[in-house]
Amino acid sequence: MESKINRYSKQLILINSFFIIAWLIVSVFPFIWTFWGSFKVKADFFSRADWMFAVTGVNTLIETGDTSTVKAYVESWTEGEFWKATMNTIIITVSVVTISLFLGTLGAYALSRSTYKYTFWILIAALIFRAMPHITLVSGYLFPFFQLNVWGILPTTIIVLVAINQPFTLWLLYSFFKTVPKELDESALIDGCSYFQAFRFVIMPVMWPGVVTAGLFSMMLAYNDFTVTSLLLNQQNYTMVPKINAYLGTIEHSGNYMWAVSSVVSATAPLFMIIMFFQRQLISGLTAGAVKG
Amino acid sequence: MPHRTFFWFFFPSGLAMLLFIGLPIISSFFQSLHIEPEQILMEVEKCDPFGCKTETKVDIEATTKLQEEQPLGRFNGLGTYGDRNHLAFSEIKEAWTNSLSIAEFIDILLNLPFYKALLFTLTFCFAVTPPVVVLGFIVALSVNTITKSLKGPTIFGVILPMIVTPLIGSLVLFWMIDAKGILGSFIQFLFDDPNLSLKSSSQLTWITLIIYGIWHNTPFAFVVFYAALQTVPQDPIEAAIIDGASRYERVRHIVIPHLYPVATFIILICLMDNFRVLEPIIGFAAEGVAQSLSWMIYNDLRSENKMLFGSAGATSMLTIVGVAVLLTPVLIRTWREFRTER
Repeated sequence: MESKINRYSKQLILINSFFIIAWLIVSVFPFIWTFWGSFKVKADFFSRADWMFAVTGVNTLIETGDTSTVKAYVESWTEGEFWKATMNTIIITVSVVTISLFLGTLGAYALSRSTYKYTFWILIAALIFRAMPHITLVSGYLFPFFQLNVWGILPTTIIVLVAINQPFTLWLLYSFFKTVPKELDESALIDGCSYFQAFRFVIMPVMWPGVVTAGLFSMMLAYNDFTVTSLLLNQQNYTMVPKINAYLGTIEHSGNYMWAVSSVVSATAPLFMIIMFFQRQLISGLTAGAVKG
Repeated sequence: MPHRTFFWFFFPSGLAMLLFIGLPIISSFFQSLHIEPEQILMEVEKCDPFGCKTETKVDIEATTKLQEEQPLGRFNGLGTYGDRNHLAFSEIKEAWTNSLSIAEFIDILLNLPFYKALLFTLTFCFAVTPPVVVLGFIVALSVNTITKSLKGPTIFGVILPMIVTPLIGSLVLFWMIDAKGILGSFIQFLFDDPNLSLKSSSQLTWITLIIYGIWHNTPFAFVVFYAALQTVPQDPIEAAIIDGASRYERVRHIVIPHLYPVATFIILICLMDNFRVLEPIIGFAAEGVAQSLSWMIYNDLRSENKMLFGSAGATSMLTIVGVAVLLTPVLIRTWREFRTER
């Protein structure tokens, strides 16, 4: 690919390296700082006297007898019931990913294989639905959900997140299905398969990259959601993100503030691991979305 | 594919979207036409050794009964849209007749809750998007030039701000920018002012939020630009090199024109996503000085005892109108493409 005449000059490489390193610091340092600080006490992480306290942990040494402590983690997971929030997040994320992939693959397959004009209008409608701010939808849910007595429980939130996620999943999988040649399922149909059999046994086996990408995005949406979960779940059923926000509301208890810091780390770490594994799929998904507009 | 088969394949997905995206919009509109019932007051005569007094009290029993009869409240038509917390027609009219100068009128206008929130939302949208596009492009260009073995880890580092949820991202930055955090004390040191805090003035808080927005959105622009850079044709670039074009000229006249469609895509997604800004305001605890339209809705729905469905519904409808205005260019473009394809 790289042609020999297209060499980079020494200065350019130098400037470029500086820029990239600076940018990496800007985007990564806050997370490292929070990770480091989560093992300190509040007096160190929010140090009025000297910011170096957060690095050296002077007050942590005085209060706990060591320069770093896991007190905030232990307390938030047990006393703060973060384990419960984690469980809820796992339940919601797994259910949302499974259901939205199931619905999304069926719908997107149909959209990509139908030649009628209404598919265009459906895709446009999905685009409009994608643009709706989630909070405006939530304001529409609350009243009916109260009346039907389904507010505050996990299944409602799961269905809502699946639906909110559908437009994007449909667009993404639609563009992936478009890349699978039509001849593949047409030959299966000629051989006597039904549409569903062709979809299940011929198309799905070659669609795994697309499914993984769509699954990743569904996962990120469900895992990261704040608007829907904080307003549609009751306090006992809170997932991680609203739970962290709830810790912040109780500042008067100075220990609780560190609960939020340690929980931020607990919530972010698994996400980073997963993304590290599936980075390639994530980027290919964003590209597919970009090409299709 | 026959209509029948299409219907059964699409039915579950379509039903989910219709029930949980289509209906809520209608439900929001319906709610916005109603207003919470007024509390029924009654006069109670209270007697104690010093005499009798009449007090006005809320008749709880009658109020609950009324609430049960009309859970949505009474019909108010489009009244909620015009009240002080939304479009505030009468306040604007009053300000127009009473204010002496245009500046004074604008001042009054921008202190009305809805217009204040609209101003912040639009400022946030249009201040964040241009730097995001430019920075995303520069980062993509420079990541594209580094050695292959380093690309993977670098990309991972660059996209981190995008994959955390905005609430967590803003908290992480907020803890550093806080007067007692590392960046906060550094800024105090830099300006030699021990009382300087980014929370102290509304302008500084707005700037902080905008910086957060740029930090959070740039990775998205980067990823899309980076992917698009891989599709830039190599032949014209080589031809340009032979013709003696400098690196800057090549980027300016070959790469950038190739990326125009991608840039418009990024701009639109950025505008749409930032129009719903909510979590950073909560994360930075900036409710006092920076309210967005989404935050207004959130605030109406937050308290469990007294949710203002009518008010939230009206703000939602007005927000949707805003989104529609932003979305029109995309829809027109898609429609044209569709027409030319046929």
